[in-house]
Amino acid sequence: MTSLLASIGFERWILHVLLALPLVAAVPVLLAPAALARRIALVATTVEFVLSLGLWWAVDTASGTLQLVVSVPWIKAWGISYAVGIDGISLTMVLLTTLLMPLCVLGSWNYITERERGYYAMLLTLLTGVLGVFVATDLFLFYVFWEVMLIPMYFIIGIWGGKNRLYATIKFFLFTMAGSLLMLVAILVLAWVVAGKTGTLSFAYEHLLANSAAAGPLAPYLFAAFALAFAVKVPVFPLHTWLPDAHVEAPTAGSVLLAGILLKMGTYGFLRFAVPFFPEVAMSPWVTNLVLALAVIGIVYGALVAMVQPDIKKLVAYSSVSHLGFVMLGIWAATVQSLQGAIMIMIGHGLATGALFFLVGMLYERRHTRDISAYGGIAKVVPVFSLVFTVVALASIGLPGLNGFIGEFLVLLGSFRAHPITTGIATTGVIFAAAYLLWALQRIIFNPLDKRENESLTDLSARELAVLLPLLAGIVWMGLFPAPVLERIEPAVRHYIEQVRGPIAALELSERTPGARP
Amino acid sequence: MMPLDLRTPFGVTLALMPEIALTAGALVVLLVNAWRHRTAADSRLSGYVALASLVPSAIALGLLWTGGARPEGAPFMVAVDGFRFAALALILVATAATILLSLGYLEREGLIAPEYYSLVLFAASGMMFMAGAEDLIVLFLGLEVMSVSVYVLAGFNRGSVFSAEAALKYFLIGAFASAFLLYGIALLWGATGSTSLSAIGAGQSGGVALTAIGKVGLGLFLIGMGFKVASVPFHMWAPDVYDGSPTPVTGFMATGVKAAGFLALVRVLDVAFPEAHEAWQPVIAGLAVASMVLGNLVALAQRSLKRMLAYSSIAHAGYLLGSIWAGTTLGAASTLLYLGAYALTTLAAFGILAVLGRGGEREVTLDSIAGLATRRPWLAFALSVCMLSLLGFPGTLGFVGKWAILASLVQVRQLPLAVILVVTSLVSAGYYLPVIMSAYMREPESAESHDQAGLPRAAVVTVTIAIAVVLIFGVLPSAALSSAIATAGTMVQSVAAP
Repeated sequence: MTSLLASIGFERWILHVLLALPLVAAVPVLLAPAALARRIALVATTVEFVLSLGLWWAVDTASGTLQLVVSVPWIKAWGISYAVGIDGISLTMVLLTTLLMPLCVLGSWNYITERERGYYAMLLTLLTGVLGVFVATDLFLFYVFWEVMLIPMYFIIGIWGGKNRLYATIKFFLFTMAGSLLMLVAILVLAWVVAGKTGTLSFAYEHLLANSAAAGPLAPYLFAAFALAFAVKVPVFPLHTWLPDAHVEAPTAGSVLLAGILLKMGTYGFLRFAVPFFPEVAMSPWVTNLVLALAVIGIVYGALVAMVQPDIKKLVAYSSVSHLGFVMLGIWAATVQSLQGAIMIMIGHGLATGALFFLVGMLYERRHTRDISAYGGIAKVVPVFSLVFTVVALASIGLPGLNGFIGEFLVLLGSFRAHPITTGIATTGVIFAAAYLLWALQRIIFNPLDKRENESLTDLSARELAVLLPLLAGIVWMGLFPAPVLERIEPAVRHYIEQVRGPIAALELSERTPGARP
Repeated sequence: MMPLDLRTPFGVTLALMPEIALTAGALVVLLVNAWRHRTAADSRLSGYVALASLVPSAIALGLLWTGGARPEGAPFMVAVDGFRFAALALILVATAATILLSLGYLEREGLIAPEYYSLVLFAASGMMFMAGAEDLIVLFLGLEVMSVSVYVLAGFNRGSVFSAEAALKYFLIGAFASAFLLYGIALLWGATGSTSLSAIGAGQSGGVALTAIGKVGLGLFLIGMGFKVASVPFHMWAPDVYDGSPTPVTGFMATGVKAAGFLALVRVLDVAFPEAHEAWQPVIAGLAVASMVLGNLVALAQRSLKRMLAYSSIAHAGYLLGSIWAGTTLGAASTLLYLGAYALTTLAAFGILAVLGRGGEREVTLDSIAGLATRRPWLAFALSVCMLSLLGFPGTLGFVGKWAILASLVQVRQLPLAVILVVTSLVSAGYYLPVIMSAYMREPESAESHDQAGLPRAAVVTVTIAIAVVLIFGVLPSAALSSAIATAGTMVQSVAAP
């Protein structure tokens, strides 16, 4: 496979094609008749996914540095380039994105019935924006993608969302922008202080990373600005209030993308930029304690609030706050296991929560209500749906053998030695997760079938199965054979630890990853 | 290279060719009006003549610019450098756009008085004198020529009470501001013995501090300019005047007048008072912060789009004051870039607003544009691009401008101002986004809404070009940026390399 890819020059063009293809495809989508628009979008996103699969082999699994790096001058006067590159961490995020996108198109097939062309064009633009965030290695370019990606999401929620969509969409926009504008100033300041030290004004990632010590006394402020931008996105408690609104009001595909991918942009930002740029600040006891406290509050609070939601979609939305808390915990514990676990949760949450939102959407399309109390006992009527729902919910809870388990286990294992008490409290989040999901499962799927409207529900159609099966396959495959994924993440994680904690710490922690070979 | 001896009539005539050509054009329009001033066709004819008379001015400007004109010895009365040429180009573009937008508007509103176009041209020549002035007296003359013409333009809709109110208010406050300005110039002359910018600048080099009288003069000068560019706390006239004037005139005021004011201000501060920056930087910073905060907060409360844009233009004056603060090459370049972005976007926005209004732009509110996208997709798209560019969103020229201002502030480590700028920008999202929301995410009020909203052909051309430039240079800003920096470098000699 590797030689085949090399023979077609795969590594030279793949990242550019991935970024350009959706934008190019958006043009015929806008011009085509509405019925054709979704087909074009499906073809484009599927091609995108197939192309991106090649990255699995193209990325060198032994190296933890950025690969397939291409840099073309863009704004010379300011040392800004169009620069892209990829490592094990971004690889997983890119693949998650390209996998979810065709499913989102397919999942919206009958749900979106007005202004389809605009909708699919927005999905495609969003794809470019999100991929850009994950592969940009120039901070200006990164910022542009980070902001531009807001526009399609803003329209997706605002035009095709639920009743309260206008409120939700502007809240989403303002929260995100509030964080990122300060990051903009921080990027500029960092570039100029580095220029003051090295004499070269450049926004290239590696250049800034190598010289970020130049920030000196400004470092805490710069870190705070970066951290705020990413923390809003994650979202870290107490900046999460935009999330339930946006997730609930967004159309199904919008919620899937928000939870599946957009939240990961925040944790990715911490891993790629905020922490490596300012490791002394990020890893200082004060910041560590603050982040760990907020992460644990997020885990427990998210789970508790999820438990009392009468609305299924809100329940899933709050569960994201809880899951992402584990990721933050993993990042700040900063051991190989905890980081691998954090990234595994990022992937696993993308698959499982994505699938949950799809399932909720499918229920909603049938009954036009998301109230848990409106359901009950539907296992008899829609057995296939119920089976899938149960498996996905169990994955989200973290049942061994499914993907949710690996990530949470690794995070807790990796964090326990350094922060036993915090980790202990976080563990309760796993129990709460079991509580809210199993309880919801019971009220929706089991219990007696006592509502007449539910007796005529139809089971999953072939199209709906086509949406869910790839996600299920991912959930089971990653649960049983996590090694290939872990292997690809590991070098990047070691490289990251070297940057953040110095080379000695990386050596100390270099025992083999548990569970790497089943 | 074309050295011009500005102390000879020939040299100064050559240097002033763009202004002279434009003034001559204005006189031609007046002559045409003497015979043709009755029908709509006459009005159109004047418009075309006015548009045509921009061409010789543009050609003269092009020859001077590409010929590398520069003064022989010290500059005198009028500046001859890239910064002035860029300023003139900006003013010519704003004037052309205003004329194009007015063509359909005047006819529709029944304002058949072709003198309008000569007034626009006179105002433009005043702006050009003002922005290119190398002497405080020339600056003042340009400012008065511009202001008097714009006073009349503001009250051009004689049938409207609001228009009359706008003209009167603008005139009274403008006269007041002129008095401040003139008194400031007089004191500066008393303190430094000269009204020439470079002579004043040279007088302070070598550590000769500005005297107290000079500082008071500079303060009065800044107050006068503050009135003209509508910065807080000298902004009270702006919303009513912008609101009451005919919409293309509002666009002209918000772009041309503001651009001329800022370009003159940059030149005065950077050429005449580079050594006295401790004296003026706190004042500029104070005005900037007050304008950004108040302009944005009050704009948030507006329902009428025209009033919202009026208040937001106060906020933009605040950002522009921020661009002046640093007093470096990059600062001057960012003023140019931001003015360019702001002028194009604002003109396009007012052009769109003019057709949405149909006999009463004052009534165009967030509610009345609901559902615009389903009826008039291109209009809604153009309006959205304008809003995003004014907001400073990546991918638009507005972002490049804002980035340049931030860069100029960060370069000299003026972080508080940079942070206030971005935080207030966030506030501005609170009123720019609802426009997009209303156009795209809400249902039209009735099935017939927006049926009337169609741009006249001339306006289509203007808006399309403006939007295209905003987007193209928004994505590929390299050329615009390098030339802005190079241009600013011709004026600001104290180059602080990034």
